[in-house]
Amino acid sequence: MRWLDDPILDMQHLTMRFGGLVAVNDLSFKAARGDITALIGPNGAGKTTVFNCITGFYKPTEGMLSLRHVDGASFLLERLPGHSIAWKAKVARTFQNIRLFSGMTVLENLLVAQHNPLMIASGFTFLGVLGLPSYTKAERAAMDKAKYWLDKTGLLARADDPAGDLPYGAQRRLEIARAMCTEPVLLCLDEPAAGLNPRESHELNELLLSVRKDHATSILLIEHDMSVVMEISDHVVVLDYGTKIADGTPAEVKHDQKVIAAYLGVDDRDVEKVEAEVGV
Amino acid sequence: MNAPQPTTATMTQQRPAPANGDFTTALKDAGLATLVTFGLSIPILSFRTDQSQANELYLRPRWGLVLVACALVFALRFVLRLYGVRWAAARQVARSRKEAIRTTTEKPRGLAHRLLALAVPVFLGVALAFPLLSYFAAGGLTESRYWVDLGILILTYVMLGWGLNIVVGLAGLLDLGYVAFYAVGAYSYALLSTTFGLSFWICLPVAGILAAFWGILLGFPVLRLRGDYLAIVTLAFGEIIRLVLINWVELTNGGAGITSIPRVSFFGVPFTNEEGGFASLFGLEFSPMHRVIFLYYLILGLALLTNFVTLRLRRLPVGRAWEALREDEIACRSLGINTRNTKLTAFALGAMFGGIAGSFFAVRQGFVSPESFNFLESATILAIVVLGGMGSQVGVAVAAVLMVGGPEMLRNLGFLKAVFGEGFDPNEYRLLLFGLAMVAMMVWRPRGLISHREPSVALGVRKAISGALVKEGHG
Repeated sequence: MRWLDDPILDMQHLTMRFGGLVAVNDLSFKAARGDITALIGPNGAGKTTVFNCITGFYKPTEGMLSLRHVDGASFLLERLPGHSIAWKAKVARTFQNIRLFSGMTVLENLLVAQHNPLMIASGFTFLGVLGLPSYTKAERAAMDKAKYWLDKTGLLARADDPAGDLPYGAQRRLEIARAMCTEPVLLCLDEPAAGLNPRESHELNELLLSVRKDHATSILLIEHDMSVVMEISDHVVVLDYGTKIADGTPAEVKHDQKVIAAYLGVDDRDVEKVEAEVGV
Repeated sequence: MNAPQPTTATMTQQRPAPANGDFTTALKDAGLATLVTFGLSIPILSFRTDQSQANELYLRPRWGLVLVACALVFALRFVLRLYGVRWAAARQVARSRKEAIRTTTEKPRGLAHRLLALAVPVFLGVALAFPLLSYFAAGGLTESRYWVDLGILILTYVMLGWGLNIVVGLAGLLDLGYVAFYAVGAYSYALLSTTFGLSFWICLPVAGILAAFWGILLGFPVLRLRGDYLAIVTLAFGEIIRLVLINWVELTNGGAGITSIPRVSFFGVPFTNEEGGFASLFGLEFSPMHRVIFLYYLILGLALLTNFVTLRLRRLPVGRAWEALREDEIACRSLGINTRNTKLTAFALGAMFGGIAGSFFAVRQGFVSPESFNFLESATILAIVVLGGMGSQVGVAVAAVLMVGGPEMLRNLGFLKAVFGEGFDPNEYRLLLFGLAMVAMMVWRPRGLISHREPSVALGVRKAISGALVKEGHG
C-alpha cells in the first residue's frame, strides 16, 4: 500500500453539497507520489466534482485536501484561491469538454500556460515593455519548453496552427501538453481518452507513462475507458453516488463485488442484501 | 457561421428555373414588406408640417410619396426574393468551399491581405503628411483649418478606439461606459490647470494615472460580473460620472462646464503673437494654425504611443493572458492565471489611454462640460472597435476614419442635387445614409472590417487565424 506511506494528495472527509444534493459524501483517499491513480465510477458518481474541489473550482462544503511536495511544503487546497492551486501548489488539470484557447495558435496555448514565470521574467510587464534582454531570454526558454512538449505529443508540425483547427485527438494531447507546461506535481486528467480511437488511446497510455517516469509528476485520472485504467493505473478508487465503494490495485478492484454491482447491477434476488451492505 | 447550407443549395440545384411556388412566395413576401413600409411611412412620410404665410403650421399630405415608397419596396423585394435568394445561395456554396480549403490548408493571403500589408505604411504616411496635404489641397494655412481639425477629431477617436480595444478587443470585456474615463481625463486637466496652474505636460500623465485609478476602482466590484451584466454596470458607471459632473457644482461648475482652460504650449513656449512666442522664436509669421497643427501632431503621437504599447503588450505574457481570458476564462484559472488581476490591468490600461485622450480633448477645446461625455460617445467608440474587428489595430483605425470622417464627408454630397433636384438637401440624409452603411457592413462583415487574428508568436511562418475560430469574450 504505497499510497498510505507517501501520499502526494491526502483527501479527508471531502463532502460537497449543492443545496440538498450531496454530490460527494465523506470521501477519503490517498494518492501516492509517482503513482497513476484512477478515479472511476458510473455516470454521476461525483468524479468531476471531486476534481473541481481539488483544482479550486468548487469550495468543498466539508473536508480537507492536503497536498505535499517532495521538499516538504504542504498546501491545504481547499483554502487556496483557484489560481494559486495551479501556480503555488502545482496542480494542473484538463477538462472533460476540452477547453483550449481555440483562436490562439498551438504554440500560444503553451506560452499562456507559462504565464506566471514569464510574468516575473518580464518584471510584471514593466521591464518587458522596454524590451530588455532578460525577458527575451526567458521567452526563448519558454518556447523551448513548448517545443519539447509539442515534440512529445507529436504536434510540432502544427505549432503555428490555431488550436481550434486541430482534430479531436490532437486537441486532447494539446490540453495535456498545456497542463504539463505549468510543471505540475499533480496532473488531474478528466477523461483524457474520451472520444479517442484504440490507437490514439494506446498513444495516450504511452504519453502518460512517460510523463510519470520523466517528470516526477503524479497523475490523477478520471476515466471510463477500462483499457486505459487497468493498463496504466497503479491504484484505483471507485465512487458511486458520491461515496467510495472500493479502493485498491486494479486487480483487486476488478473483482470487488460492490464495484461489479455498481457497474452491472445485481441479481433481483440479491438487491436487498447488497443494498443493506452498501447502506442505501 | 460559414457552414454550407445544403438545403437551399440542393434546392436551387435541383430546380434551376423559378417554379410557380417561388413566384407565389416572392409575391407574398414582397406584399408583407410593402405592408410594413406602408405602416412605417404613415408617421414618417405621409404628412409634412409646413408654415403658411401667416406663420401657422399646417399639415401637407404627401400620399404620392408613400405610394412611390411602397411601390419601390414591393418591386425591390420581389426581384430580390425571386432572383437574389438563388444568387446568394450559389455564392454561399462557393464561399463555403473556399473557406473549407482556406482553413485546412495554407494561410489566407488574398488580395485583402496584400492590401492590408500595404495599408499600414500608407496610412502612417498620409497621417504624417496630412497637414501638408490639406495645406496644398485647401490652398492656404488658414483655409486648411477645417481639414486639420477633422484630422484631430479622427485621431482622437482612433486613440480612444485603440484604448477601448485593449478592454473589448483583447480582454473581451464589454465596456459601455468608456467615456467615463475620457471625462475623468478631461476634467483632471481642466481642474488641475485652472485651480493649481499645472502645465499640460505634467497633467497629461497625471490624467492618465487618475483615469487608470478610476478604472481599477470600477473594476474591483464589477469584474466578477460577466457579459450583459458587466455591460450594464459599466454603462451605469459612465452615467454616474456624467451626473456627478453635472451635479457637483462646487467642483465642476455643473452643466456650465469649465471655461478658459489654458492652451497647449510648445513644451513651454506659448503659441502667442508676442515676443518669446512660438512664431517669433522660430522666426515665422504668426498664425493661429501653428497651434492647431501642433495639436494634430500631438494627438498623432499619443495615438501612436497607444498603438505601440498595445502591440508590445500583445507579445508579452499579460497580453497573451488577456486574449486567453477572452477565449476561455476557466482554462485560464486552471493554468494559474490570476484572472481578476489580469482583467484589472486591461481595465486600468484602457482607462489610462482614455484619460490621456480626455486631457488632450480638454486642452484642444479649452472648455469642458458634461455634455461632451454622454452615452453616445461611448457607443461611437464601441462601434469603432466592433466595426474595425475586435482586436485588430488597423481595423480600428480604418473604422475610426469611416465612423468620424464618414458623416463629415457626407456633408459634401452636393452632386446628389443633380440627381434629386435643387430642393434636395443632402445634409438631411447624412445620418440615414450612414445608418444604411452600418447595416450593410454588419450584413457583409459581421465580425468587423478585419476579422482575422494575427498570432503573437510563431515558430515558422505567422499564419492569420480565421475569425470564425476567435471568440469574442463573454464578459
